[in-house]
This record gives sequence, C-alpha cells and structure tokens, in this order.
Amino acid sequence: MTNAKTGPSVPNLPTEIPFPHRHLLGIQDLSPDEIGYLLDLSNAYAEHNRARGDKLDLMRNKTLINLFFEDSTRTRTSFELAGMRLGADVINIAVANSSIKKGETIIDTAMTLNAMHADALAVRHSNAGAVKLLSEKVNCAVINGGDGSHEHPTQALLDALTIRRRKGHLQGLLVALCGDVAHSRVARSNIYLLQTMGARVRVIAPPTLIPPAMERLGVEVFHDMRAGLEGCDIVMMLRLQRERMEGSFVPSVHEYFKFYGLDYDKLQHAKPDALIMHPGPMNRGVEIDSDVADDIDRSLIREQVEMGVAVRMACLDVLTRERDFDDQEATS
Amino acid sequence: MSVAYINARVIDPASGVDHPARTSGGVLTDGTKIIAMGPDIFNGGRPDDAEIVDCDGAVLAPGLVDMRVDFCEPGNEHKEDIQSGSHAAAAGGVTAVVTLPDTMPPIDDASVLEFVARRARDAKLVKVFAYATVTRGGDSDEIVEMGLLKEAGAVAFTDGRRSVANAKTLSRALKYALAFDTLIVQHAEEPSLSAGGVMQSGELSTRLGLPGIPREAETIMLDRDISLVRMTGGRYHAAHVSTAEGVARIRAAKAEGLRVTCDTAPPYFALNELAVGEYRTFAKLSPPLRSEDDRQAVVEGLADGTIDCIASDHFPQDQESKRLPFELAEFGSSGLESLLALTLELVHNGHLSLPDALAKVTSAPSELLKLPTGRLAAGAAADLVIFDPNRPTRIEPDTFISKSKNSPFDGRLVQGRVIRTVVDGRTIHTIDS
Repeated sequence: MTNAKTGPSVPNLPTEIPFPHRHLLGIQDLSPDEIGYLLDLSNAYAEHNRARGDKLDLMRNKTLINLFFEDSTRTRTSFELAGMRLGADVINIAVANSSIKKGETIIDTAMTLNAMHADALAVRHSNAGAVKLLSEKVNCAVINGGDGSHEHPTQALLDALTIRRRKGHLQGLLVALCGDVAHSRVARSNIYLLQTMGARVRVIAPPTLIPPAMERLGVEVFHDMRAGLEGCDIVMMLRLQRERMEGSFVPSVHEYFKFYGLDYDKLQHAKPDALIMHPGPMNRGVEIDSDVADDIDRSLIREQVEMGVAVRMACLDVLTRERDFDDQEATS
Repeated sequence: MSVAYINARVIDPASGVDHPARTSGGVLTDGTKIIAMGPDIFNGGRPDDAEIVDCDGAVLAPGLVDMRVDFCEPGNEHKEDIQSGSHAAAAGGVTAVVTLPDTMPPIDDASVLEFVARRARDAKLVKVFAYATVTRGGDSDEIVEMGLLKEAGAVAFTDGRRSVANAKTLSRALKYALAFDTLIVQHAEEPSLSAGGVMQSGELSTRLGLPGIPREAETIMLDRDISLVRMTGGRYHAAHVSTAEGVARIRAAKAEGLRVTCDTAPPYFALNELAVGEYRTFAKLSPPLRSEDDRQAVVEGLADGTIDCIASDHFPQDQESKRLPFELAEFGSSGLESLLALTLELVHNGHLSLPDALAKVTSAPSELLKLPTGRLAAGAAADLVIFDPNRPTRIEPDTFISKSKNSPFDGRLVQGRVIRTVVDGRTIHTIDS
C-alpha cells in the first residue's frame, strides 16, 4: 500500500516501531534490529524519492530546526530537504547570525528553543557531547548532525545504506577507513555501525592520526595503505582538515598524498570490485585523486549524497511520530 | 573557659596515641590551647568550671589540615570566597587550609598575602594559610621574593594549577628556597604534552571523541623534577599524584634519599576515568581521572607511605563553568566537605588503619609545611574534630555549604560524619548547625 500522504510502503516491517529512542545521538547505543529498521525505512524513502519525489505530509504542521554551531552546507541542506519532503516547516539557525557567538550558553539556547515548540532539532556542534547536553534540556527529538570528534550517526546510516544497495548486504564485508581517524566522527559512527551489522573494519592512517587504544574498538590498524587495502570491499576515505596538514600531524600535503592519498595504484590492492566512498567535502589531490573520485564505475560519492536525504527523512519520520516512552527510555 | 571532652576515642597520629572511648579520660582545653589529654586525666574528677562535651563514643582527633584548596579570593568570589570556603572547611572537619596562590591577582607579593590573612581573620573560622607563587605572576620565569614572602607568612611556594615548566626556573627556585628552608610544591604535568587534553588518554577518550592527556605528562615532569632535586638538593613536593608510574617515581626518589614528598586527592584513590561516563563535567579534573590500575597504585602508595598526605584539592566552580560541553567546561570539583568521609573509605576498605589515615590529613601535611596545628598535645592549639567514623551517609552536593556544588562523588554512599569542629578552643561547627 503506497499512500503519498502517509509515507512510502515498507514491505515486511513490523507495525510497532522498533526504535525506542527519543533522540538519535549516536550509533554506539543502537542494536542491529534498530539499525536494520532505519536502513529499511531509509531505503523505502530512497525509492520514493527516485520514483515520484512528491512531498509527503508526515510532518505537516511540524517544525524542524537545523541548529548548526559549525559551518556545514551539505549536511544542513540534506536535513533541510528531508524536512521539506516530509512536509515540515524548516528553519535554519546558523551560528554566525545567532546569539551563541555573543556568549549565550548551549543551555540557554535549549531554553529558547523549547519556547518555540519545535518538533525536531538537527544539531551540529564542534564539541563532543554538546548535542547530548542539548538533548537533555529540550522537549523535542534531537538528531545529532555531528558533534566534535564523537559521532555523526546519519552519515554512518547513509554510508551503510549506500553500501547495502550496491552489495546487497553488510555482513561479512571488509571495509577500510582511511585518513584522519583520530579527529573523525564519521569514522567512529561507521566503525560502530559496520561492526554491529557484521562487517569487518580496518583503519589506515599515519600513527599520528590514529587515536589512543584504537584497537580496543575492535578494528585492525594499518599504517601501510597498500597492505591495509588488501582484500577490501569498500574503501572509505576521510577528509583531512586543513589545519592538521601542515606539520602538526603530518609533515605536508605532498607527503600525505604520496603515502595515504587514494589513487589507482593503491586501489589495485583492494578487491577488483572494491567501491570508493567519501563523506565530503573532498580535498582532491590531498586524500583522493580526482580521477578516482570521479570514476563512475567505482565511486559511490554522488549516491552517498542522494542517500543522505533518504536517511534523514527516515530518522525525522521515526523520531517525530507519536510514541510513548517510559521514563527510563526518555533519558536514554 | 575550659572544656572537657569526655567519652571520646582520642587519636593523635603524630604521637601514636589512640585511647578507647570508655575511660575516665579525654581532652581538656583552656582558652585556645589543649592543657591536658590522656585516658585518666579526669580520674580525680573534672574541673568544676569546665564545660562538658560528651562525645558519646565518637573519635576525637586533630582537626583536618587540608594542604590544597582554592578559595578563589581575590578575583573569583562568585565561585568561592574565604568566608564561604572557611564555612565549608568547618563543615568538613577541616580546621586549617592552605590556599593556592593562583588568584587574581596572584599571591606573588606580600600585599596579596596580607589581604588573604585579613579576610581570614574577618571570617574567624578556620586557619587559612597560603602558598605564594614560585614565579612572578605564577606564569613567568622570574622567581618571587621568597624570603620576604616567607616572612609575610607564605608557608611554601607553588604555581598552583600550573606547572613550573621551565627547567632552569625550577632549578633556581629549588636552590634559592634552600636559603629559607622552604618547600616547592609542583603540579607535575608537562604542559606541552597535556595541552588541549581534557581527560585521560585511552579507549574511553577515543570513544567519546575527546582529546586525551597521557599519563606520561605526569611521569615526564616528575622525572625531570626529581633530576633537578638530585642536582640542587632542594625540597620538592608533588601535588595530586594520579598515576601508577608517578607513585613509582616518588617511591624510588624517596628510597634514594631525595627530599621528595607528595600528596594525592580523593578522586585519585576513590574514582577512575569511568566516572566521566557520558561527558559528566563534574568528573573533569586536573590531573584527569586515570585508569583503574592507576587508582589501585595510588591506594598502594597511600598504604605503604609513598604518598604522605591527602588533600581535598577543593577547586570550586560555579554552574556556568560546568554546564558546558565537556571540552569547554572548567576543571575542578568541590572537595572540602567530602574529604573526611572519602579518606575513611581507605579505613573501611582495609587499606589503612584509622590513625594512619588520619595522619595523611593532619600531622603529615602539618609537619611538611611546619604549621602550628595538626596534633593533640598539652600546649598545642585546641584545633579538634569530633566525628563518627561509621555513620552511613550520602554525599549530597546540593547540601554543601561551599558555593561550589559540583562533586564527582554526587550520590555516593560513604561512612563517617563530622559531629563537631573546634578551632582554637572555639566550636565553629556542629552536626546540628
């Protein structure tokens, strides 16, 4: 049954929503069933967007506020579009124009937002844990749009959805995460999600970009990119922040690209059908060669962006439906 | 006016005295002094004019001497001031404190020292001693006027929460201090390694996405400092030692005969990094909470005497400084009012005898800093604490008298309750007040 007013049909989904969380703050606390449910629903939205793309009314009369304490075009636009496609009123608050820069605390911001009766907040902040702190003080659903070096759950979901649509499954895949793992929330959320869903994860980076006790997260650590890529099904590149390039973590861009930039030569060591991903925005010639990034047979980078909207529609949909929580769950 | 304290288990760690409660003895004070103590001093009857304080079997010990507190005055009176901090101390059974000099302005000349002394006299509660900075401004490479500051009352020298990072500066300070036989107290953390870090480096910091502080920040500084002590012959004290390796370094330095001592604080023997949980800023401390192995090594160091003293490390913060994302929140916690009960945990858990535990918070810091308090003896100041070491209680920061209500021990069940605090013969706190 497909009904444009109530959302896409999702075959074989339980009628009770198996997602007992008020917020989506990270992947670390999600079970395989919960992740699977979000991916199934996201896939249904992806199909809907491709087939008709007409606007739904699941969030009609509801408000989504995108609260971005850190600059973002891609993620904010993706949330914005997702909200609009569900029929929500969408407001963007960018930190540059807001009172946060004038010393208002995140708690004050939460109080202000409460008074506005938003139904969902998509929040990005440059400090780990800041989105959780905000979620404890607001009376609506909060989606973490990236908090410091902690988590970026919708990115991991869209990456997983992109992989699953190409490979048919996540179980048993060998995924390499390459680049600035130490400072990457994308890496952490992907590690948790891929492992929870039965994939194996390798991280490949110079030792200065590997955080302490990395192997305790259950990943294999490589400093030689060719060795690390051996046998991989997926090569996921991470963005190297400009401020980390010049001498503090790696000696130079030139040296980094030579040893850790993805080019066809290094890619040969992965499986012949290995696919390439990047959360964007890319530094061409720093972590990825332009030709590789644009290879239509192997690069999933454009599809990742497309799946991003579908995943955020699914998350907004699930978190803004009428649901009951007992007190325990409310704080989880 | 004399006071007879009866039915008390009298413990004086300095002399090894430990009398059971049910004797005809106790402690007799007159004015500001203890005039007699012992298990049989009231055999011939109590003085007619004495006020009788029946301790009902509780422990009577020297009032606690807390060698590391921050009363935030002058400069941050919204977090704590000498009056509120002194009240909190009294409630915690603490009769003497030593405040850190990193106030605004810092205690780097006699006038600020005199200001603190005057405010403490006005508060008329506990005895407030003060450190002066090692360096001018507490952050430079010029040493302060140690002789003049010592004459003005500075009990020792420390740059407080900052390390004296420059090796030449510290070596000169250690040497120069020899002329005045004074102690240099160091926050042992290599700043170039700890910079930007907010918690212990490891799996947890990686999972939380927080920048870490490796243990080596402490050991590198201790190694360097111990070498400088060997070179200069100076007297050196490492504050709040938190790592297993740090304890081992101090143990080795003592075995070598160097004049090295150290203290720790309750968070480092009673908590580990897991207290950070999901970004609990109350557990953001400097040095950071360490691993369980480190915690056990700190307990071991207390038990075998490597760690001489326990200080509360009372570092008050207001709500606004803590209700922030973890990286932005301030370091520090309110410690005065939980110091005794947490120290007693070491006794209840079988790591230390009661007199040995009390020594860490009375006679040991007092002797180290040459303070006129911290022991029970005829002629000594009547600075006393009476407490029930067994009474169960819960640490409830909301009931703290300190302006600072943030404690990483929030809700912890402990045993031990202060019943009465006496400074110079005058009761300044009772359990009912």
